[in-house]
Amino acid sequence: MKILVCIKQVPDMESRFKVNGSGVWYEETDLAFRMNEYDEYAVEQAVQLKEQSGNTPDVTVLSIGPGRVVEVLKKALAMGCDRAVHIQDDEYYLKDSWQVASIISAYAKDKNFDMVFTGMQSQDRGSAQVGATVAEILGFSCATTLVSFAYGDNVITAKRELEGGLKSVIKLRLPAVVTCQLGLNTPRYPTLPNIMKAKKKEMLSHPVADFLKEGAHSVTEKFYPPAKKGGGILLEGDVNDMADRLVGILKEKTAVVR
Amino acid sequence: MKALLVCEYREGKLLDSSYELLAFADKLGAEKSMVLIGSEAAGPRFGGKVYLADVAKYGEYNPDVHKKIVLEAAQRENADCIVFLHSSYGWDLAPRVAAALKAAQVSEVVSVVDGKFETTCCNGKMRRMVSPKTAKTVVTIQTGAFSFMGDPQGTPHLEKLDLPDTASSLEFVGYEAAEAKDVDLTKAEVIVSAGRGIGKKDNVQTIAALAKALGGELGASRPVVDAGWVDHSHQVGTTGQTVSPKLYVACGISGAIQHLAGMKKSDFVVAINKDKDAPIGEVADVLVVADVMQFVPALTARLQK
Ligand SMILES: Cc1cc2nc3c(=O)[nH]c(=O)nc-3n(C[C@H](O)[C@H](O)[C@H](O)COP(=O)(O)OP(=O)(O)OC[C@H]3O[C@@H](n4cnc5c(N)ncnc54)[C@H](O)[C@@H]3O)c2cc1C
Ligand SMILES: Nc1ncnc2c1ncn2[C@@H]1O[C@H](COP(=O)(O)O)[C@@H](O)[C@H]1O
Repeated sequence: MKILVCIKQVPDMESRFKVNGSGVWYEETDLAFRMNEYDEYAVEQAVQLKEQSGNTPDVTVLSIGPGRVVEVLKKALAMGCDRAVHIQDDEYYLKDSWQVASIISAYAKDKNFDMVFTGMQSQDRGSAQVGATVAEILGFSCATTLVSFAYGDNVITAKRELEGGLKSVIKLRLPAVVTCQLGLNTPRYPTLPNIMKAKKKEMLSHPVADFLKEGAHSVTEKFYPPAKKGGGILLEGDVNDMADRLVGILKEKTAVVR
Repeated sequence: MKALLVCEYREGKLLDSSYELLAFADKLGAEKSMVLIGSEAAGPRFGGKVYLADVAKYGEYNPDVHKKIVLEAAQRENADCIVFLHSSYGWDLAPRVAAALKAAQVSEVVSVVDGKFETTCCNGKMRRMVSPKTAKTVVTIQTGAFSFMGDPQGTPHLEKLDLPDTASSLEFVGYEAAEAKDVDLTKAEVIVSAGRGIGKKDNVQTIAALAKALGGELGASRPVVDAGWVDHSHQVGTTGQTVSPKLYVACGISGAIQHLAGMKKSDFVVAINKDKDAPIGEVADVLVVADVMQFVPALTARLQK
């Protein structure tokens, strides 16, 4: 069995975002980057499937982006993926989700993958499109937003998460794309021996031009912070002063503190 | 401009959120029609054209089949814009429809400005203005961003759709109900919720102590539940409970849309966050910029006096 996992490197969402020179994305300097949270579940599920299948499946992890994304590829290798593919693209933010999916599909097309794992969404762009679009281009079956995954006899049995805590149970045949939701599993921390082992694993690199065959369907015209709604009271400074003030505010504005 | 609105139907009912699609189409200034894989008895209260495919035949969930139905309706209607909710149904189906039409897809739209779509990104901290470059466009709208005013009314002009081919590589087995709740947060007057910013499981008791001092219940954001620090029955948000207490205190919660959706109807919101720009600030009446583990004990001590 051959498995592909797609991961994106994204900034820590606690960062302060500044607009870059293009006006359509964030300035990368000063940002700390990490693996897209949803993709950690994708990597973990792929590695668990490999382990449960007598280690025979072969797991490739792929990421499109500038040089920095090698860091998350290394992490995925240390978590147990077999080889990494870096598709170099400094102008990744100018591609729309359709192009990202097309690039992934062009890479995957002739490699006979049986299963593709992606996150349900990226934390920075958050389009929740790439996984299902890859499935559509490759003609794979697809299920999104998985909170449970099991595989046997060429069939995936999965639970999708719906609103309000409801789940739907589905079965899908291979080849398939699945997109992973938070809580699907418990992503492992790479151990030191595995980090060392990962250094010997294959890290392939391709320019994005090798796989970019499609133009954009949409363009970002502007990237900006939302207008501040304001109205709220901002408390800053000494913890004890703030606690005193908050108690005063709660007494005045709510009926729950007297 | 013609908009085809894709209704949602679950467990034998039309979901009310479907009416938000009408509000969006009005914002867009589009001519409206709807498509529903459902039943005539539970059709939308809408006076226009509704393409109806029988749920008994096509099932409540099967994206392969539903895609074909939506495409058929889009073709008959010659729709310029096909609109879904950004929901577990919509984000699952929309990319498949968009790919089949080679149409631009814009996800989680929060407003329309001069025919361009504003969407949220970076966990609600930033916005993007997106313009489609294709003849047809597929859009998913953020739930709650476009609200339908008043009572929906009208009797639809039904046009039934029948699909010869319902082959699919996917099988919908059934639903699994949400776990039984041991706490009903919807009745609580005060909720104090723990987010990932509390740092570790041991700190849950500090947040619970504040909840107790305020005579309220403990709530939680999803990562805290996923990590097993707090039981799922305490989760607030789209995939947890929707609450509207008199006072909601968010401790170390960033304010992702899925969390906000569950608590923004609270009367008074206090957020404690070390990040002054956290999106929770948008709904907070008071934003306390502090380390939650330093501030919460100080507050609890004063309330206990
Ligand atoms: C389909 C779907 C459904 C979802 N359903 C839900 C749902 O029902 N409920 C839900 O909550 N989420 C839900 N989510 C997840 C949601 O998108 C967010 O990931 C989640 O709400 C984030 O939780 P958080 O704010 O606790 O964590 P984070 O986003 O990691 O935020 C932590 C916050 O704590 C602050 N912080 C860190 N350290 C400190 C400190 N020492 N002192 C003070 N502040 C600190 C940070 O500044 C940050 O703002 C859903 C997601 C999806 C895709
Ligand atoms: N640049 C990228 N490189 C590799 N995978 C990606 C990239 N962007 C998105 N993905 C994958 O697609 C998923 C959904 O992303 P999105 O459609 O942007 O919300 C992510 O969780 C990743 O698994």
